[in-house]
Amino acid sequence: MSFGTKEFFAILSLVVLGLVSVSLGTAELSFEVLYLSRIPRTLSCILAGASLAVSGLIIQILVRNKFVEPGTTGATESAMLGVLIATLFAPSASIFIKMVFAVICSLIGTFGFLSLARTLPNDQPLLIPLVGLIYAGIIGAGVTFIAYQGDLLQYLGVWMSGEFSGILSGRYEILWFAAIAALIAYMSANQLTVIGLGESTTVNLGLNYRHVMLIGIATVATVSGIVVVTIGILPFVGLVVPNVVSRIFGDNLKQTLPIVAFLGGVLVLTSDIIGRIVRFPYEVPAGTIFGIVGAAVFLYLLLRKPAHG
Amino acid sequence: MANRQIWLLVAGLLLSSMIYLLWGLSGNISFILELRSKKLLTLIAVGGAIGVATILFQTISANRILTPAIMGFDALYILLQTLFVFILGGMSIALLPNSVVFMGTSGMMVICATILYQFLLKKDGQDLHVLILVGVIFGLFFRSITSFMQRLIDPSEFAMIQSSMFASFSSVDGFSLIISCILILTCLAVIFKHSRLLDVLALGREMAVSLGVSYIAHQRYFLIIISLLVCISTALVGPITFLGLLVSAITYHLAPKFKHAQLVSISFLLGALFLVLGQTAFERVLRLQSTLSIVIEFIGGTLFLYLVIRGRLK
Repeated sequence: MSFGTKEFFAILSLVVLGLVSVSLGTAELSFEVLYLSRIPRTLSCILAGASLAVSGLIIQILVRNKFVEPGTTGATESAMLGVLIATLFAPSASIFIKMVFAVICSLIGTFGFLSLARTLPNDQPLLIPLVGLIYAGIIGAGVTFIAYQGDLLQYLGVWMSGEFSGILSGRYEILWFAAIAALIAYMSANQLTVIGLGESTTVNLGLNYRHVMLIGIATVATVSGIVVVTIGILPFVGLVVPNVVSRIFGDNLKQTLPIVAFLGGVLVLTSDIIGRIVRFPYEVPAGTIFGIVGAAVFLYLLLRKPAHG
Repeated sequence: MANRQIWLLVAGLLLSSMIYLLWGLSGNISFILELRSKKLLTLIAVGGAIGVATILFQTISANRILTPAIMGFDALYILLQTLFVFILGGMSIALLPNSVVFMGTSGMMVICATILYQFLLKKDGQDLHVLILVGVIFGLFFRSITSFMQRLIDPSEFAMIQSSMFASFSSVDGFSLIISCILILTCLAVIFKHSRLLDVLALGREMAVSLGVSYIAHQRYFLIIISLLVCISTALVGPITFLGLLVSAITYHLAPKFKHAQLVSISFLLGALFLVLGQTAFERVLRLQSTLSIVIEFIGGTLFLYLVIRGRLK
């Protein structure tokens, strides 16, 4: 990839946003504040945003439908179920153990959705996002039910709104695993593109369909699990970012994956900054801000011109 | 033949209502009966309103999957309620009687929902695919703005309005309930008076126009009724997403003819029956402390998935 003006401005914008994010807050700037809170927070925004956007793109390829994201395919809700189970049965478990639970449950949940999506008729693409939403809703209802019975509703509320105010050094590092998962997905971008063409084409081209599929699912589940454990639900990132990028840059994954990751990181960071400014010194969760802006952008894209046949 | 199904449902509803009222009656009987009958009336009103609103919405949007809840009607109502508090402040809300807040919000809701959803439905050549997605996104959009505004409201003011914003089946005040019942009965009367009009609208836009029915005007007319029904049910108990879908799927299955006089009656009875049975099972049999709406999401969602997978749903 050549380094042109576009790349320069992209990196410049990221640096500027990073500096704004690092210098924003009530505490006097010092090395400790920077090291313990501000830098981890800024980094976690970028990491979470980028990896979520990438996993959104991947689930869209796996299901072959542009209107799904981890939150509407059961991946996020199952991850929450995992954290809930870990909290109920091992309240003192470390964040790493909770993450493992979340990832495992998310894996199962995503598998479940994919096998469900397989049974749907091919000629009705609208059913897939719909079934996904309901599937996620069922798991979500189960999670709420368990939390209600176990008096954990308030705890659940913490994950429901994705926010970064609790991020400190030592509490965010597992997000790097999410980034690594996204990187692995990038390395298998070409295989994923092929899988997007369907099972028979994939096999015809000499690829192991199940193998590539597994890489994709593992990425989505890992990212969902980790982000839920550390930050909570960030709706729309996985839906809006890939769709915007694909409208502008097309569908060549090797090219668009870095753009998707970049845009995801920048947008989540921007949402976090806005959330911190809007009612300074109080904070509005980044997930809420992104929900508003992301939904508005997506609605605009959808309604501006009619969908193509 | 249709009458048989309807009478069976009426009998079922009466029976389950009796069970709900009389099961395990002991102690201060008149007090318990009063409390239970209030709850029972709420359940019937809400279930019926949701069922009817869903059937109407599916008729004017010409499909069997969209429901007002999926399209974000409930979320819009809660957003407007929050907006109301946000603009007036919690103090003035606390001073105003509940009914004034309800009417203010409902008025705004009817106007906003009618304009917004008519705009969405009117877009010609719009496929269901896009419509469904837009609806879901609107719901998420409204919820995000709501939680954003709730963050901006002063915490003490927020606490004051919280009870009215997240009502449950057990905490409905008598006056709102009476107003709601009157409104629902009015809506039902209007719907039955125009049920043949709905039959024509169900034929689709072109057919309706060629039969001499002004499609757009009547679509707007019924959107107003739908918004009112959603206002009532959401104001009384809060959003219940999948009940409408559950009711409508079964209604089409039960109704022998596609006539709205039948469809509307069956959906009303089914919605009410579901809630009454569900609440009975919940409170008395299972003795769970969780709220019924969570379970409806669970069961309704699962049944819907089953229907989709079996290819029963169009």
